[in-house]
Amino acid sequence: MKHAPHPAIAAGAHPFPHSHLLGIGALQPWEMLFLLDEAEQWVDLNRGRSKHDNRLAGLTQVNAFFENSTRTLLSFEIAGKRLGADVVNLGVQGSSVKKGETLLDTALTLNAMHPDLIVIRHGSSGAVQLIAEKVDCPVLNAGDGRHEHPTQALLDALTIRRRKGRLEGLTVAICGDILHSRVARSNFQLLGSLGAKVRVVAPPTLLPANVEQLGVDVFTDMDKGLAGVDVVMMLRLQTERMDGAYVPSTREYFRFFGLTEARLAHAAPDVLVMHPGPMNRGVEIDGSIANDIVRSAVTEQVEMGVAVRMACLDVLTRTRREVAGWPHP
Amino acid sequence: MRPLAITGARVIDPASGRDGVATLLVRDRVIAGIGSNAPPSDAEIIDGSGLVLAPGLIDTGVFRADPAACHAGGITRVVLMPDQRPPLDDPALVAFAQAMGKPGVWVHPLVAATRDLAGQELAEIGLGQAAGAVGVATGRGAIASSAVMHRLLSYSRAFGLAVVTHAEDPALTAGAVATEGDYATRLGLAAAPAFAESLAVARDIRLAEATGARLHIRQVTTAEGIALVRDARARGVAVTAGVTPAHWLLNETAVAGFRSFARLSPPLRSDDDRRAVEAGIADGTITIIASGHDPRTQEDKRLPFADAKPGMAGAETLLALALSLVRSGALTLAQALATMTAAPAALFGLPGGTLSVGSPADLMLFDEAAPWRIDGDRFTGAGNTPFDGLPVAGRVRMTIKGGELVWRG
Repeated sequence: MKHAPHPAIAAGAHPFPHSHLLGIGALQPWEMLFLLDEAEQWVDLNRGRSKHDNRLAGLTQVNAFFENSTRTLLSFEIAGKRLGADVVNLGVQGSSVKKGETLLDTALTLNAMHPDLIVIRHGSSGAVQLIAEKVDCPVLNAGDGRHEHPTQALLDALTIRRRKGRLEGLTVAICGDILHSRVARSNFQLLGSLGAKVRVVAPPTLLPANVEQLGVDVFTDMDKGLAGVDVVMMLRLQTERMDGAYVPSTREYFRFFGLTEARLAHAAPDVLVMHPGPMNRGVEIDGSIANDIVRSAVTEQVEMGVAVRMACLDVLTRTRREVAGWPHP
Repeated sequence: MRPLAITGARVIDPASGRDGVATLLVRDRVIAGIGSNAPPSDAEIIDGSGLVLAPGLIDTGVFRADPAACHAGGITRVVLMPDQRPPLDDPALVAFAQAMGKPGVWVHPLVAATRDLAGQELAEIGLGQAAGAVGVATGRGAIASSAVMHRLLSYSRAFGLAVVTHAEDPALTAGAVATEGDYATRLGLAAAPAFAESLAVARDIRLAEATGARLHIRQVTTAEGIALVRDARARGVAVTAGVTPAHWLLNETAVAGFRSFARLSPPLRSDDDRRAVEAGIADGTITIIASGHDPRTQEDKRLPFADAKPGMAGAETLLALALSLVRSGALTLAQALATMTAAPAALFGLPGGTLSVGSPADLMLFDEAAPWRIDGDRFTGAGNTPFDGLPVAGRVRMTIKGGELVWRG
């Protein structure tokens, strides 16, 4: 799928004048589209027999995950390796963080090893930005607290665009634990900027204050929230939040906010169902919907994740690889 | 010791209402006279022309007695919070804390309201008073149990001690680092509603009213909280309220970019609340301005916003920031000085805070108009100020404690 460059880029705007990718909030719409367009080539490569490109050869990519993650870490590792980078993973287990080293000391230690790119996940909002201010290489946010998870929003948008052919004019319902979700916050901004209409559907206890100020329509009734939507994006609800803390029980949650066949009937006939994973079948989503390859894009999201991350790794390292037309931002 | 005469300065004593050029004479560490008489021939003369001479400031509710920072800020007395390590919940610790500022600054400790500041069992308040405590404080947090708070206020009343509280509902604010609103939502910060303050203010005012105790709410930062204090004062409840410059000069947008120096307790509020604080100071609902001085190390502050410790270093900037209220017309110069001298002296029954003859010669001379730029890197101690880079006016030129010049700037 080839896209004409965005008019802003055609008119001479730098396609991506950023040293880091810390959040969707810092990006212009054409910069988001640029990353999506760049990702398309990697979808094709990843579906081929030889999944290798050498453009990051000789560069060191550090994946510093201060919060447990399996799929995102794996996705970044595969993305880096397919581009030829030397990929090193630093997990929270066995790291000096456990020994009381401060986050900034850890960042300076990493920096002293001359990485060319650092991918960070951290449990505190703003932590990735803090590290980015202290290191000399591009930093990619793989999720910070409840703040942002930009590559997740990009892969969601790519998935939707490939399935629906567009983002503009679509209605997307994001359902579940909005309060604690960085995925939701990144998606509000990305989908909103690219012309989609975003709804949030959740019990009031899982909605952040003034969320409507972020340009979304708020629903606390799932059937009404799903009426006519083109895309349903379910969020994971962590089980420790369901024992009376934010919602009374798993079964009550599923009864009123779980995605079932009956509920999905309120959406558009060609509705696309998404989930950033890992899914809690029977808690937020009925297993049969998750398995439906026509309506569910869950595995495709994982596939797009690798492509989007390859695009981000490539774009963020272009300046240091001295790619023509990529001066220091 | 030679007598000291300060001549030519505009002498402002909020306690007596004096405001005019005069000569002030210090003899044997106390104020010996104010007037137009020529100074005695053996006196050491300080020319205060063009400067304002006022009582040394009293900083209510600091977390550390920090003589160097106090001197630079014209502060000669601090009322020390019990949140020390260990907490001041024992008379011996109170006595020790009282002595720790010597000789630089007078330290007036507040005794912890409850053992270990845990909010459960009453600490030895009476013995604390005997050891030098000038009041009781709940510490950085509020006491969650209304029953404990009720008993604390009734018990403290018998000793005539003011009870200093932190007004935030502990359950609503548990884990929160920001005020609920679209700003906190955008940044993904755990937030508590602003009414967490008014709930606590309402409860504590009601309990003060029921017990007749003197209640001082160290910081009131929301429109609702201020309205409650205003009403209570109008009906004669013995409640006073304080605030720090952060809550009338900054709003929630100061946390942009996750600036941990703007992580404060209570958190910064909406601009409506900020303006309500300014109005509350102007109409006399808030009578005490304090620095909230809470110097923090880099280890405590150079962290992701939510993991950073709350608090700001404020002693050195207290006067200049308070003077912004004079320039905005909210207060006269004498009123502004009263919030940092006469008002806290009256609340805690302190010597000082006045220029009356016979009072300790704790003084400061400042240039009301001298412009400077706040620079945390140039502070005498920790530089964790949310006001870094702010241009201000008003600079302390001399700080005199007990008749001795302790600082000149």
